[in-house]
Amino acid sequence: MSAFRDRYSFPALVRHAISGHKRWKPAIRHPEPKPRYDAIVVGGGGHGLATAYYLAKLHGLTNVAVLERGWIGGGNTGRNTTIVRSNYLLEPNAHFYEHSLKLWEGLSADLNFNVMFSQRSVINTCHTPGEMEATMRRYNALRLYGIDAEFLDRAALARRVPDMNLGRDARWPILGALSQPRGGVARHDAVAWGFARGADNRGVDIIQNCEVTGFQRGADGRVTGVLTTRGPIASDKVGVAVAGHSGHVMGLAGMRLPIESHLLQAFVSEPVKPFLDVVVSTGALHFYISQTDKGEVLLGGGLDGYNSYGQRGTMPNIHEVTAAAIEMFPNISRLKWMRQWAGVMDMTMDGSPIIGKTPIPGLFFDGGWCYGGFKATPASGWCFAHTIATGEPHPLNAAFTLDRFGRSAVIDEKGAGPYPKAH
Amino acid sequence: MLLIPCPHCGVRPETEFVYGGDATVRRPDPKTASLDAWAAYIYERDNPKGPHTELWLHASGCHSWLVVERDTVTHAIGQVRQARDAAS
Repeated sequence: MSAFRDRYSFPALVRHAISGHKRWKPAIRHPEPKPRYDAIVVGGGGHGLATAYYLAKLHGLTNVAVLERGWIGGGNTGRNTTIVRSNYLLEPNAHFYEHSLKLWEGLSADLNFNVMFSQRSVINTCHTPGEMEATMRRYNALRLYGIDAEFLDRAALARRVPDMNLGRDARWPILGALSQPRGGVARHDAVAWGFARGADNRGVDIIQNCEVTGFQRGADGRVTGVLTTRGPIASDKVGVAVAGHSGHVMGLAGMRLPIESHLLQAFVSEPVKPFLDVVVSTGALHFYISQTDKGEVLLGGGLDGYNSYGQRGTMPNIHEVTAAAIEMFPNISRLKWMRQWAGVMDMTMDGSPIIGKTPIPGLFFDGGWCYGGFKATPASGWCFAHTIATGEPHPLNAAFTLDRFGRSAVIDEKGAGPYPKAH
Repeated sequence: MLLIPCPHCGVRPETEFVYGGDATVRRPDPKTASLDAWAAYIYERDNPKGPHTELWLHASGCHSWLVVERDTVTHAIGQVRQARDAAS
């Protein structure tokens, strides 16, 4: 079969323009679930859809279903702040996220779908001498890994981000910054839709409004299928990628996870003319900022700090993030917030994700993305597909096992210890 | 804003409190606990979607550790006890 039933291109645009744009085919089908699949992916967010796409594209597994409780991309894929970067200190994280960044760089062409990946630089500011040293260490680590990084002094920062408050009289004066020029932002919905279309066109069934309510197990304990609101579906391989609700879904299989669910909020302002062409984040002030293609100022901060599946945040965090943003970008002080929302984060005990096997044969798990899931989407799907197809993790996700906690082999990027809200 | 009724100080906003996590986790007996039991104690949580029994420290108030019943979906707060009383 042709890779794409309706390939998007300039000639296609011209052709469809002549026919009044009435003959575009739907990007995906809406099939009824079959009684059995070679593999089932639970969760139709970016990660689940990417997993199905790479299962079909790289591993020849096309008799695959993606089961989504709501609609595709309706969870954290549609709620994040779209930042993509790979500037991690620890080796497993650095290699994994760099692989993801490389996939991002070719993703629009690979999917034949514009994910609007904009490599506009991700800049982390430093506010104390200690933070300068820690950041310089990270800069050196990145260069040794072969990942792009630049250290910006105050003069370079003033040229790159002219609206930033670099005054010595600032509440938390900025001393310097780490920049990753290849980092940036992408269009979050397009990532879900692009992977969904690519997977669907290779034969994957994407089944929406289909909630998994339990797992079927054989006499030997192996997973033999799932129970859903649309009936039982059999498969010897089930991969769960439902970050935010991992504890809930894996609990159906009787598993407890090293994960707590927490809230992360984001806000956008009214749209204004372009003034900020980079992503800026600060660990010291707990916020990050970028300007969307629509002109909105997009802000996020730290966690609200208590277990929640509520998908809405509370005011103290909005106040803290807004105060920090105005401190660093005084020229946005008179903008009005237009929208506020929150996503449910799988916060692991070491701040790093889990991609791999579980103690239950045939059941695979991808989750614990903390607040770094969006940028990981392509590599997460790539590694999870490899793990499901071959039964063993790829070297890129070999460190991200579920059993690493019991082995004290944690990947604690921040060094915060087993406190999910601290990562 | 979460409003937590402190048994000593009355109803106070969440900003006065520090969250202490799942209050049902119990430290195993170091003389007899297996490594798996230690790992479960340190790392694994029930993480329920619904009623949750959790610890809060009234850091900007009476400095008591409290055990709070809170729903993780609706954020509705039920019974609040002193941790000292809840443990006994």
